[in-house]
Amino acid sequence: MNTSRKVRVLIAKPGLDGHDRGAKVVARALRDAGFEVIYTGIRQTPEAIAEAALQEDVDVVGLSILSGAHMALVPKIMRLLRERGMGDVLVLVGGIIPDEDVPKLRAIGVRGVFGPGTLTSDIVAFIRRELGLKDGSDGDHAEEGEGS
Amino acid sequence: MTRARTPEEIDALITAAQEGDRRALARLITLVENEGPAVEAVLQRLYPLTGNAYVIGITGAPGTGKSTLVNAMTREYRSRGLTVGIIAIDPTSPFSGGALLGDRVRMRDLVGDPGVFIRSMATRGSLGGLARATDDVVLLLDAMGFDRILIETVGVGQAEVDIASSAHTVIVVEAPGMGDDIQAIKAGILEIADIFVVNKADREGAERTVMALQAMLGLAPRTVSHHGRRMRVDMPEEARAWVPPIIKTVATRGEGIPELVDAVERHRAYLLESGEFHRREATRVAHELDHILREALLQRLVRRISPAHLEATVQQVVARRVDPYTAAAELMRREEEARGEDRGDGGA
Repeated sequence: MNTSRKVRVLIAKPGLDGHDRGAKVVARALRDAGFEVIYTGIRQTPEAIAEAALQEDVDVVGLSILSGAHMALVPKIMRLLRERGMGDVLVLVGGIIPDEDVPKLRAIGVRGVFGPGTLTSDIVAFIRRELGLKDGSDGDHAEEGEGS
Repeated sequence: MTRARTPEEIDALITAAQEGDRRALARLITLVENEGPAVEAVLQRLYPLTGNAYVIGITGAPGTGKSTLVNAMTREYRSRGLTVGIIAIDPTSPFSGGALLGDRVRMRDLVGDPGVFIRSMATRGSLGGLARATDDVVLLLDAMGFDRILIETVGVGQAEVDIASSAHTVIVVEAPGMGDDIQAIKAGILEIADIFVVNKADREGAERTVMALQAMLGLAPRTVSHHGRRMRVDMPEEARAWVPPIIKTVATRGEGIPELVDAVERHRAYLLESGEFHRREATRVAHELDHILREALLQRLVRRISPAHLEATVQQVVARRVDPYTAAAELMRREEEARGEDRGDGGA
C-alpha cells in the first residue's frame, strides 16, 4: 500500500505586481519533480496565502515577489503562518531581492531565497534536501511535529 | 517515512477539528488522502457523525467555468447561512506523479470565511475524474458539520462519471462556443446529469447550446438514470419523475446562481420525498463496500504472490503460452494455497 506522503507546495504571488511567469515556471518544474503544487494566482493577500497554506496542509510555501515589497509582505506572511501553527513550514522566496535584504529574510525564518537565473533543478534539490528527502524520491519524508 | 500516529494522536486531532481547529482538519485530510493505516482509525471514529451533509458534484469539460461556478455557488450558500466544504480535483501527471492544482485561482472570494473550507486534491492514479480518496474526504467534511459539500471534478470531458456515485446532485456544466455543442455532450455525461448549466450564457451561441441540450434530453431514454451499473430499468415511476432542468448562468457576475442553487435544493427535496435519496445512498454504500473489498482482496493477492512470479506470468501471457483468464485463475489458485500454508503461523 502506498503510505508515502506526497510533498505539497503552495506557490503564491503576494502583492500587486502581475508578473506570474516565474511563478508558473517554478510551479511546473515542481510538478514535474513529482510534487503536488497548489497555485493560487496573482495579487494574493498575506491572509489568503496563510489560510491556503493551512487548508492545503502544505510542506512548502513558495512566494514570488517582483514588486520590491518583500520586506513589507514576507514578515506579515511569516507571522500569519506562525499564528496558524504553520511556523514549521519551509518558506522560500523567489524574485528580485536585493542582496542586503537576504539576511533580513533569513532572520525571520525564510529558508531559501532564489533570484533571477536560478535553475529550477536547484530549487527542487533544495526542497528535497530541506525536507530530508533522498534525491529522486517524491514521497516519503519525515513529518514535522504536531501543532505549534 | 511518515510517522505512524497513535490512536491517542488521532483522537486529539479529531477532537481539535471538531472544536473548529482548521489545521487539525487539514491534517486529518492529509492522513486520509495518504491512505495509510490511520485511515481506518479516522473513519471508524467519524462515520457515526456523518450523513448530514448534502454532496453536490460539478463536472464538465475544461474551460466551461467549473471553478468560478463553485465560487459563486458557495457565496450563494453562505448568504443562505449554510457552511460549505469544497473538494477541487485536478489530474496527477502519470509521468512525474506530480500535479498542478489551480482551482483556487478562481475561488479567491471565499478566503477568510470560516464557514468555507477548500481542499485541492490530485487524482493520484484514479481515472474516473475524482481523486482516490475523494469519498473519504467527503466523509471527513461531513463529520465536521459542513452543510453542503461541493466536489469539482477533473475537467477531462468524458470520463468523469465517478462523480455520479459520490454526489447526491450532479451538475453538468456546458459553455457556448466550446466547439461542436452536441459533440461536447457525451452520452455518459448526459445520463449522470441532474442539472445542466449553460455557463458563460452572455456569449454568442448560448441559446443554441440550450436547444442542443433540450433536444438531447428529449432523445434520452427515460429509463436511464444515475449510478450506473446498479440501477435497474424497472424503477418505480416516481424515480423517473425528475427532468434535469437547464439553467443559464454567468458565474463571473453571479447571474443565474440563485436559480441554480434553488434547482439543487429542489432536486434534494425531490430525492428525499421520492425515496430516491435512500436508494442512492444504498447504491453509494454498495459501491464503496465493493471498492474497499476489491482493494483488500487485491492487497491480499499481491502480498502472497511474489513480484517475480507475477512478472513471469505476464511474460507467459505476452508469449501467448497462456491466456490472461487462465493466468488469473492460476494466480488465484496459488493465493488460496499460500493462504492455506499461512494459516497457523500468524499470517504474512
